Amino acid sequence: MAYKTVEEINEKIRAGKAVVCTAEEILDIVEEKGVKKAAEYVDVVTTGTFSPMCSSGVFLNFGHSDPPIKMSKVWLNGVPAYAGIAAVDAYIGATELSEQLGMQYGGAHVIQDLIEGKDIELYAESYGTDCYPRKEIKTYINKNNINQAYMFNPRNCYQNYPAATNSTNKTIYTYMGTLLPNYGNVNYSTSGQLSPLLNDPEYRTIGIGTRVFIGGTQGYVSWQGTQHNPEQGRGENGVPLKLAGTLALIGDIKEMSARFVRASVYEKYGVSLFVGVGIPIPILDEDMLIKTAVRDSEIFTSIVDKSGQEDLDLKVSYQQLKSGSVEIRGKAVRTAPLSSIKRAREIADILKQQIISSEFLLTSPVEMLPKTNKISKLEVRGKSNENN
Amino acid sequence: MKTIKVCVYFPPNTITKPLMYHLVKDYDLQVNILNADISLNKNGKLVADVTGTEWNIEAGLKFIEEIGLEYKLFTKTIIWQEDECVHCGACTAICPSEAISMDKLSWQLCFVKEKCLVCGLCVKACPLNVMCLSE
Repeated sequence: MAYKTVEEINEKIRAGKAVVCTAEEILDIVEEKGVKKAAEYVDVVTTGTFSPMCSSGVFLNFGHSDPPIKMSKVWLNGVPAYAGIAAVDAYIGATELSEQLGMQYGGAHVIQDLIEGKDIELYAESYGTDCYPRKEIKTYINKNNINQAYMFNPRNCYQNYPAATNSTNKTIYTYMGTLLPNYGNVNYSTSGQLSPLLNDPEYRTIGIGTRVFIGGTQGYVSWQGTQHNPEQGRGENGVPLKLAGTLALIGDIKEMSARFVRASVYEKYGVSLFVGVGIPIPILDEDMLIKTAVRDSEIFTSIVDKSGQEDLDLKVSYQQLKSGSVEIRGKAVRTAPLSSIKRAREIADILKQQIISSEFLLTSPVEMLPKTNKISKLEVRGKSNENN
Repeated sequence: MKTIKVCVYFPPNTITKPLMYHLVKDYDLQVNILNADISLNKNGKLVADVTGTEWNIEAGLKFIEEIGLEYKLFTKTIIWQEDECVHCGACTAICPSEAISMDKLSWQLCFVKEKCLVCGLCVKACPLNVMCLSE
């Protein structure tokens, strides 16, 4: 069954002999050559996505001032960062809002500004200790004068996201964009047949330690993402029908480009961050070839009513969503993507070129992603169970 | 010759002289209706591009007033800052005149300015602030 190992593929990459194509180009290759020959011929399939991913943020280490401060509260350009870790460490989350500007500017904008090399105003307060006497500091930082700045995103690359609509008679504003009344539109967010986890639906090659393209540089899968839900119902092709796997990713923002990390604002919802991710998939055997040759017509998701009024749950393929119109309750409804397919293609193509030119080598996972894990809801209760 | 974009408001239960007929026949105006939602029992409106000589356009607008209708001229336009756009598509399905759409092959945003009603929905829907209303 196995044709190649990751190490054999890497040898071909180092020798400049690897055959690499994107998850869209593979469709024509498999059509032309058939599964068996295509699996022998192709070594790596590259994927890509460029989507708003709220669960993103950056760890920073500012360096010590003289006299030193144990920063207990930190603001970056007026946006609060979490400082409840060591003295000059902080985490700036993408969705945090500016205390002065509200939704116009948030953590995602700070991250984009850092990547662009701009100066950021750092303001921090402390209660002062014997070893850290300073109680307040105001200065400017940028990515070149701080020690570390690495993105650590607890949840990226959601494997299959539901499309959103609105059954009520009022416009609603959501993280899935503006939803017009009376099923006025459907918004969906995916790069579909190019999407990383839809091309390795059962996590055979993507796992902990997998090297990835993130934000324009090379980073890694550091863990399962939050809400990782591998037990979701799946089609015969192994592709989940709803929300399933997720990835926690890590990468150095000093090496990133704002072309692949962009702050975004959703009207009356808040701030998010477009993150560009590309993951290479080694074609180990025919099964991986078949998995990467998945088409939009074979990937299904559900349309949900974001107003929460109707239990809609309509099954629809990404081919239908991408056609520009779907039918809801007998009415043709226009669809819009929220994820840039154009830039996802660019990422898959850059990754392909980097592998061809031996700049990017593949990795075997240090550990596989969990195959079992159920998502629980947050129970609301008045008192602790512990004293019962 | 010049072209203006105008929105004409129709209050409920109004039946006027045949507006289009007179604009075309009496004032020699080319009227391109971009959007119309008029019914007898509710407030209606019509958005159109109107092309003609300056003199005729002014006379035509005066005629609209004379038959008891109000109108508003669109002086602003939507500016798409294409260089900053990531072509996500969030502004497309909410565009009432389909002036903004996605090219299904390249997945690039297409903006046909002539079809734009300057409703401003795309300005709010754009997560990157690249759709702007001109001053």
